[in-house]
This record gives sequence, structure tokens and C-alpha cells, in this order.
Amino acid sequence: MKRETLIWSIIMIGGLLILGVRFAMMGGFGKVYVREVPVNFVQVERPEVAEDGTETGESETVWVAGGSPEEAAAGAVRTGSPSVNWTKREAALPKQFNAREPGVIFSLRDTIGTWFAAFLTLSLFSFLYRDNAFYKLAESIFIGVSAAYWMVVGFWSVIVPNVFGSLAPNFVRSWAMPGLEATEPDYMYVVPLILGVMLLWRLAPRGGWISRWPLALFIGVFAGLRMIQFIQADFLNQVRNSVVPFVATEGGRIDFGTSIWNIVSVLGTLACLTYFFFSFEHKGTVGKIARVGTWILMITFGAMFGYTVMGRIALLTGRLEFLFIDWLWLIDPTGTRATASLISTLTG
Amino acid sequence: MYQALNNLDRRWIFLVMAIVVAVPIITQWSFPEKVSKQTRDAYAEVERLQPGDRVLLALDFDPASAGELSPMATSFVYHCATRGAKIYFMSLWPVGPQLIEESIAKVLKPDFPDMRYGHDYVNLGYKSGYEGVIKVIITDLKKLYTTDHRGSGINSIPMMAGVESVQDMDLVISVSAGYAGAKEWVMYAKTAYPDKFNFIAGCTGVQAPPLLPYIPNQMPGLVAAIKGAAEYEKLMAEQYGLEDQPKYKEGLRRMGSQMFAHILMVMLILLGNVLFFMGRKEARR
Amino acid sequence: MMKRTVPLFITAIAGIIMILSYFIPPAQSWGEDVAVWFDILAGIAFLLGGGNLLMIQLRKMSDRQPGWGYAAVTAIAFIVTLYAGLMKVGTHPSAEFPNRPWSGSYNEDGAFYWLYEYAFKPLTATMFAMLAFYVASAAFRAFRAKNIEATLLLITAFIILLGRTYAGVWLTDFLPETSPFRLEHIADGIRDLFTTVGTRAIMIGIALGIASTSLKIILGIDRSYLGSKE
Repeated sequence: MKRETLIWSIIMIGGLLILGVRFAMMGGFGKVYVREVPVNFVQVERPEVAEDGTETGESETVWVAGGSPEEAAAGAVRTGSPSVNWTKREAALPKQFNAREPGVIFSLRDTIGTWFAAFLTLSLFSFLYRDNAFYKLAESIFIGVSAAYWMVVGFWSVIVPNVFGSLAPNFVRSWAMPGLEATEPDYMYVVPLILGVMLLWRLAPRGGWISRWPLALFIGVFAGLRMIQFIQADFLNQVRNSVVPFVATEGGRIDFGTSIWNIVSVLGTLACLTYFFFSFEHKGTVGKIARVGTWILMITFGAMFGYTVMGRIALLTGRLEFLFIDWLWLIDPTGTRATASLISTLTG
Repeated sequence: MYQALNNLDRRWIFLVMAIVVAVPIITQWSFPEKVSKQTRDAYAEVERLQPGDRVLLALDFDPASAGELSPMATSFVYHCATRGAKIYFMSLWPVGPQLIEESIAKVLKPDFPDMRYGHDYVNLGYKSGYEGVIKVIITDLKKLYTTDHRGSGINSIPMMAGVESVQDMDLVISVSAGYAGAKEWVMYAKTAYPDKFNFIAGCTGVQAPPLLPYIPNQMPGLVAAIKGAAEYEKLMAEQYGLEDQPKYKEGLRRMGSQMFAHILMVMLILLGNVLFFMGRKEARR
Repeated sequence: MMKRTVPLFITAIAGIIMILSYFIPPAQSWGEDVAVWFDILAGIAFLLGGGNLLMIQLRKMSDRQPGWGYAAVTAIAFIVTLYAGLMKVGTHPSAEFPNRPWSGSYNEDGAFYWLYEYAFKPLTATMFAMLAFYVASAAFRAFRAKNIEATLLLITAFIILLGRTYAGVWLTDFLPETSPFRLEHIADGIRDLFTTVGTRAIMIGIALGIASTSLKIILGIDRSYLGSKE
């Protein structure tokens, strides 16, 4: 048997054995529970009340929660429309299920989801050993789901409320966004709609150049926005922030610590800027100053590296916490399960 | 030994890294944290809020950075709610609204049941356009946000009364993972209107150095990386008695793994350099 | 003219409007309107990205390119997620409009939420979590103190890595609490002085570069964004 195959076999069999033993010991893990809350709305007709609390003399038809004080309020009468019901699902804890709290049930779809998420996580991690079919499968799912996720968000967050909702507000209000307030179309939004269609023309087999027009708008807006704000925030303000007194005082006396700090700060900034002047040679005095600038930049990059490492490790910690807490139920730092965790059982 | 280490398969390094990060998680080792001035200044800014003050809380990150930013987002939401502020959630990232709903479900609904949606907090949702969104909402918020994330008309939301733009906020907080995020808020909002509202940010480790030059003039404080999140949680736990609430100590829990992983990184760099210099010595011979 | 000249004019006009809106208060609303169009186009660009992805995967499948099976998986995942999100599969109406089936949020407790919570979220998070391993491997293989500059970089990295955790506090715990030589104070000093100074210089340089590039684009001198000369 090849070494690679042997290692994979050991990992797979070992992993399955560990899962099996834990399952047997704990009576299952990676389970998700929800609380089912029945929701019921009824339509009532009631006297219309103005913002100041006085009755206007008209009546209004509204939907209120069934059995609520609003349904029983004086003057409120049920209309003939059938009530609307559904079941809301809220996250629940395993200990709430164990305590048999009302409405808390085992959620098969969320449990399958947790196991699926664990499978995908481990599939991606398997790439660290070697490229393999599980990794490629997980990667393919990732690409497909991500692209569609962004499309859906763009559609419901921007295109429906801002484009369709501006051009045909009554139509959009009737089926998708009853809360939309606009009543009259704003035909200025035809411009971004047309530009959007031109942008999508990029997908057409011919006439892809049409997408240059909306792209040009993109570039122009970006260029205009950034030119002003980068000059204001990153140039002028940073020059202002750099100008600090060489002799700092506190309570009428010279503060030597702050003074030295300020001197290093100003001279350091100038040295780094000198390094970035590539239009003349870094020789002689200029070369020495640029060298000092290089050293300061190296310290900056060293700090950046340290912060980057910190960031990456925190992300890994997050994923391992999901595997150990939500899936394997190895530990329970937030006390979601009444039964003691495996580790506390072993360590006492 | 030298040859073995010099030709070390990187998968051994991966395995050691996995063990070094996993063991502290499983054993739940945690260590005391010292709070830095930057985090303290950011904390003080939120602490200055009075009941009824308006806070725009922009959760500009996605699940990829949630490991670092979720603890500080949770802390910010709790802190603003405890101060009695009205919280306006929004996001410059597409996944932001989902994370906002998670924060609401994790913090506001269980621990602040008296806070009502639309009266005390609202999820304005996501709009595409990166800094273009800030450019619009800094002067006219309702031009872009015609509804909230749940589809309610913007003017039908009670807490939107009197809010025309971001300039009507008392404090803007950006929890940011990259572009578009804290830097864009500083550039297009705080720099353009420096006296209208205060601004602080929480950010990933990668994003922290580029934001440092904005301190303290454009931004009094910064909660940087998981360390900053742990420091903020420590301040919250001390002041608001959250010692027994583990969901507000997520960052503190993660610092155990962080420390051991950092020590491993230092050792790896040292070992790599020792091998390098040994190799140079061999080559000279 | 339609392919190159008109786009150049659009860029120039859009850029000039954005600049003018800063300096001429009455023009501020023009800037807002153009920015709103920009925001809408950014949303429509998501459709372009998704459509492009689907086209590529379908082409891979029809041409039976190597790995076309995975392209099929991508396409199926894409279509399923798109359908679940656009059709709001499994979502409930909003409490404000319970009689309108489509009034609910697209990402609240339906099929799309399930795909976000159990596919998108773990995949995105894990992809980035893997970077921790690569950073460790790179640290071992690539970071060499070959000269003064590299040594400075590495020493700073050590100070930050140790100083930002309890390890730094423990190593210099024998020093007084207010001593500037405690590792955590040195790390803070490096961050507040040298890192700030270095990043500030980089920022100033980038700002000038962006200003000049933006001006070149608006004035039509830089036309690289138009692509090939067709």
C-alpha cells in the first residue's frame, strides 16, 4: 500500500472510530435544537387614530397578532379575511431541550446543516495535507454558493428597492415591498437601469464594448471621489498630524519625553518620505536619510507582520471552536448543555 | 538533524500549528489581559453616550473575519445598549445584515428584552457601492435607504424621525475587516464632517497599522484585532459585571491559543534562521 | 467614437461632477445622484459576476474540459442558492404585512438562510482560517535575517508577537509596572511611534499617487480601463 494511501486510511478510520466512540459515550453530538413559536395574525377593522392620539372619524384595516390586546381593543372588529399562521423557529439550547421546556424540539435540518458544515470545514482543511476530491468538491460548492449569495443580496437590497421601487413603486409595493413609501415613479432611475443593462451586455457574445459606458461611470465616480478625499484625509490631514511641537510643555515645564517622541516622529516621517523620492539618487546625505527611512519602514513592516499573524490565528481559532463546541461537543464554555463536557469529566 | 530540519515537510509545521491552537481551546486556558490606551480611549468614547443618543453601528465584515471581529461587535452592541443609546445598524458588506441579525439575536433579544425594534434599534441593511454609500448617506440617508432591511418604509420607523443623514448621529462605530470599512468611514465621513459626530473603529489585525495615523485626531481610539477585543471585554466585564457571562468573553477565551501560536511563530522564525546561518557556515567551508 | 470617445466623456463628466459637488454646495445633490447611480451599478455588477461565473462553468461542462464534474457542482450550487434566495423559499411574511407572502426578509429562516449558515459561512471562514498554517510555514522557510533591514523587521515582529500576548507580560514581569522596558510597553511604543510614522509616510505617498492617477483618468490621459483598442 502506498504511504499516502496508508496515511489517508489511518486518518479516515481513526477519525470515524473517534466519532463512533464519542457518539456512543455521549448519546450523540452535533445536535441542534429550536423553539417553535406559533405565529398567528388576524385582520381587524378599527377606528383610525391620528399621531396625537385623537380619533379621525375614519376606520382603518390592520393586521394584528391574534389574541393580543390590539385585537381585543375597544372598537376593533375582525374582518372576514382568514387569519395568517406560520411557525417561527428560534434557536434553543440543548439544556432547554433536556429540561423539556415547551416548544423546544430537535431540529433535523439544522443538525444536518451542522454536520454538513463540519464536513465542508474538514474537506477544506484536508488540502493542507494534499489536494484531493473532497477539497475540490468543497471549493466548487463555495464558488457557486458565494456568487449566488452576492447576486441575491444585490437583487433584494439594491435592485428591487432602489431601481424597481423608484421606477414602478406601486407594482413593487403590491408584491415585494409593501412598506415602500414612494407613490410616484422617479424616472431619473431609468439612467442607472439602462446603464445596468449595458453592463450586463458584457455577457453577450457580441457587443461587449457596450459595457464600457457604465464602466466609465464607475471609473469616473471612483476617480472623482477618491481624488478629493485622499488629498483631504490622507495627505492634508496626515501632514497636519505630522506637525507636532519639538519642544512640548506640560504645566509650564518642558516635557522631555514627549519632546523626544515628537522629534523622532517628525524626523522619522521626513526620512520615510525621503526614501520614497525616486526622482533623484539616494547618495550622500540624501542616501543616509533614506537609509534611516528604510529602517523605520522595516520596523513598520515587522509590526504589520505581527498584526497579520495575530489576525490569521484568530480566524483559525474561530473554526476550531466551531468543530470542538458546535459539532463534537468536546467543550462547553458558554454552558449550553446540562451534561458535563468530556474534558471536564476526564479532568474532574 | 540539520538536513532533516532543512528539508522539513511543511505539513509537519501545519500539524504542530493545529495542535498548538487546538489544545488551549480544549483545555480552555486563559490568561490575564492588560488593557492598552487605544482600547481604553475607544471604550471611553462609548462610555460617554447618554440615553437616547444615536449610534450608527456599521458591521463591515463577513464570516471570514468573524473569528476576530465577532467578539468586539458583540461587545459594542452590549455597551451601546447598556448606555441606553439608540442603535442604527448598517453594513457596507453584503453579508453584514446577516451578522447584524445574529448580533441582535445574541445580545439584544435575550439581554435587553425591553428594547423594541424600530424604537430602540433598527437594521438598515446593506447597500452596494462601497464608499459611494457613505458619500450619499453622509448628507441624505433616506435617498439610498428607502426601507430598512426588513422591508418597512423608512419614514414609518419611529427612530428614523429627525434622522436625515449620518451627521445626525452622535457616534459612528465601524467594525471593519477591510475594504470598504473603517478607512472609508474616516475619509468620507469623519474627515469631511469632523465636528458633527464622533467616530471609533474595531478592526482586524491586518487593517490596524494603516488606521494608526488617524489616531487621535480623526479617531480617538481603535480596538485592534482579537487582542483589542479581549481588552474591551475585560473593561466591560469589570464595569458591568459580566464575569459570569461567557458569551461576552469570547475574545478573552481565544487569547490562550493566540499566545501559544505566537510563541510557536517566534520559535519557527528563530529555528529557520539558525538553519540558515548553519547552512551559510557549511557553504563557506 | 461610441467605443472609446463616449466612455472618456462619461468618465470626465462623472469625475468632474463628483469634484464640483465638494466645492459648490448647490452641486452637492448632483454628486449624490451620481453616487446613487454608482451604488446601483455596483449592485447590478453582482448580477454580472454571477452570470459570468455560470457561463464559464456551463462552457466547461459542454466542452468536457478536465474537471468538468466540479464545474457541474459549482453550477448546481449556484442555481440552487440563487433559486432559494430569489424565490424566498421557506421564508415567512413580515410581521408588519403578514398577508403578503413576499414581504419577509430573504435571509430569515428559509432555505437561503440554511445555505448561508451551513455552507457559505463555514466555507468562507475556513478558507481564511487556512492562512494561519501558511503564515507559519512561510515564517519558517522565508524569514531570514540576511541584512540589517531584515533583522530589524524580525526583531520588531518578535516584540509585537510576544508583547501583544500574556507571554510578553510574563517575560518582563520582573520590571516595575510603569517601566518603558516591559515588552508590552515596547510593543505599544513601536505601534504608536514607528508604525504610525511609517504608515503615515506610506499614506501620504499613496494619496499623492491616487490624486495624480485620478486626475489622469478624469482628463483622459490614462485610458487603460477601456481595454484593447477595438
